[in-house]
Amino acid sequence: MKALRVSIFFLLCLIGSPEVLANTIRINPGQSIQKAVDRASPGDTLIISEGTYKQFGIVIRKPLTVIGENYPVIDADFKGNILIVATSNLTIQGLKLINTGRSNMDDSAAIKFFDSKDCIVRDNILENTYFGLHFSNSSQLTIINNKISASALREFEVGNGIHLWKCKNSYIGNNEVSGHRDGIYLEFVTNTQAKENKIQKNMRYGLHFMFSHDNSYIRNTFKNNGAGVAVMYTKNVLMKENRFEENWGSSAYGILLKDISDSEVVGNIFLKNTVGIYMEGSSRMEFTNNTFRENGWALKLMASCDQNTFKANNFTQNTFDISTNGSLVLNTLTENYWDKYEGYDLDKNQIGDIGYRPVNLYSVIVEKIPAAVILWRSFMVTLLDRMEKIIPTLTPDEMIDESPKMKPYDFG
Amino acid sequence: MLKLLKYALYDILKSRFAMIYTVFMILVAVSIYQVSDDLSKVSLSLMNIMIMIVPLISAVFATTHFYNNLEFIELMLAQPVKRSHVFLSQLFAVILMLSLSIMIGFGLPMLLWGADTSLITLLAVGVILSAVFAGFAFLASVLTRDKAKAIGISLGLWIYFSLVYDGFVLYLIYSFADYPLEKVTLGLVMLNPVDLGRILMLMQLDISALMGYTGAFFQKFFSSSMGLLIAGGTLALWTLLPNLFAMRVFKKRDF
Repeated sequence: MKALRVSIFFLLCLIGSPEVLANTIRINPGQSIQKAVDRASPGDTLIISEGTYKQFGIVIRKPLTVIGENYPVIDADFKGNILIVATSNLTIQGLKLINTGRSNMDDSAAIKFFDSKDCIVRDNILENTYFGLHFSNSSQLTIINNKISASALREFEVGNGIHLWKCKNSYIGNNEVSGHRDGIYLEFVTNTQAKENKIQKNMRYGLHFMFSHDNSYIRNTFKNNGAGVAVMYTKNVLMKENRFEENWGSSAYGILLKDISDSEVVGNIFLKNTVGIYMEGSSRMEFTNNTFRENGWALKLMASCDQNTFKANNFTQNTFDISTNGSLVLNTLTENYWDKYEGYDLDKNQIGDIGYRPVNLYSVIVEKIPAAVILWRSFMVTLLDRMEKIIPTLTPDEMIDESPKMKPYDFG
Repeated sequence: MLKLLKYALYDILKSRFAMIYTVFMILVAVSIYQVSDDLSKVSLSLMNIMIMIVPLISAVFATTHFYNNLEFIELMLAQPVKRSHVFLSQLFAVILMLSLSIMIGFGLPMLLWGADTSLITLLAVGVILSAVFAGFAFLASVLTRDKAKAIGISLGLWIYFSLVYDGFVLYLIYSFADYPLEKVTLGLVMLNPVDLGRILMLMQLDISALMGYTGAFFQKFFSSSMGLLIAGGTLALWTLLPNLFAMRVFKKRDF
């Protein structure tokens, strides 16, 4: 019995020991954060008091919890990185990091992680940074509730908001990114989830990923970014309930899909983009329950795409529903709602009795000669379109939705 | 002048045509509002009516009106009033009546079920097109002595501006596709009041599609104050020129 008690006591000591040993270190304005970090032992908590710290290039190589009180400002004064991290189990919370360096040589960032694991970056405010959060070769990251903004005028003067290179198993949630080159940039990132982020007014892409398989993007908003969202060379992606809004320009897209395969695009809203979705070289993708509204072109589906399915989507008030660049059609359109559909439903099963051809003649002409857009909606063009609808000659004959819905879907 | 205008207006408003035209417009607008589920679809459908039907009716009505009132005009000319006043009173009466019909016909449903900027633009475009085509009709009427011929000329002008001209521009764009055509098409569009009205609507309805490279050029032009000034000025010229020319002919014409 006594032996058991002793062993339980020791066990409790063992479990409790990190708690007992962990110290809390407070840093006040004027003190060096780097020195405090060096002094701390693994597992300690650093509390940074309110105030301004003109410091940069702070290296953290041990597991710590860094907490800012009332958003202390760490101002790098346009010199280099602010925090450089290579460790595991680190938490950074409640800091305001401003004015990083402006260099492409070292990709200056507010917080830069190398070879790290199990780190949490939350509730930080980043202003006027070159790169915001920069992660390489790391895993199990949690990046939540950060506000990241930059105010560069030109694309090459700024880096990405949240930049992950060769990372895995991470979560990016509830962040706001604006004014950077790319809002979220992922390259060789796998098994990662981006959820409920607000990405707007970035110079180039809201979201940009390449070679990043098995990721999901849920309920994010991508609004008013220079060229929308562009994703490439990836398979097994899930895009669900995102909003793609007001991406305007000659090469701006709600989403540009290049060589994406085996992916799902479900329940997204594409509103007022010049092009809702532009896709080329993409295969075996499923597009369901999406809403395309007030876009210039809802879809630009290049002939290099195959085995994609567009099922049960709403197409309303788009200037052109679909345009394509060839006569080859290897994709399926089915059970979508098209507001331009003029057929009838005699058997009252809510599905039109004759098919709908979403490619109209004039979108083919405008594709070839952009200046012709000026004649859109003139009587002449309407007549031409009517004739083409009856006897398709220029538009691909097989691009047809055989079962168009009579009423729009209610996606709530 | 005012007195002449008053009598001309009385006369025209009492006619069956003004009633039928207004009721027709109301019916069209109401049915479109009932069928379409949202405003931009409404303005799209109303625009098609505005671009096609309104110029046609304006042209035909103004011509027939001129010939129907020819005896009254001749009687007035025998009185000590200025020829230009006689002419202008008839012209203004026609334009006022056509504009009123559009305002009431399309405006009432808008008041009832709501409108946005595109619908307000549409009303303005309708009024301007009515004035332009009434001008064309009066010009056709004073140039010929035969009613059928005058209606023929008015209809010809209508077909030319709403169909043939666009076909010609499209052919031109197609033939010279390899050249930068933005400025040329912009210039060509200025030569057609119907196109100008249509493009003012396009700016509201298809803004996303116009954000592409070429579209952005047009969009930039028509949303800049300079562009608006030029477009507005051109439309004003289109309203004034046929009318002024018709008045000159009218003043010298031997009835």
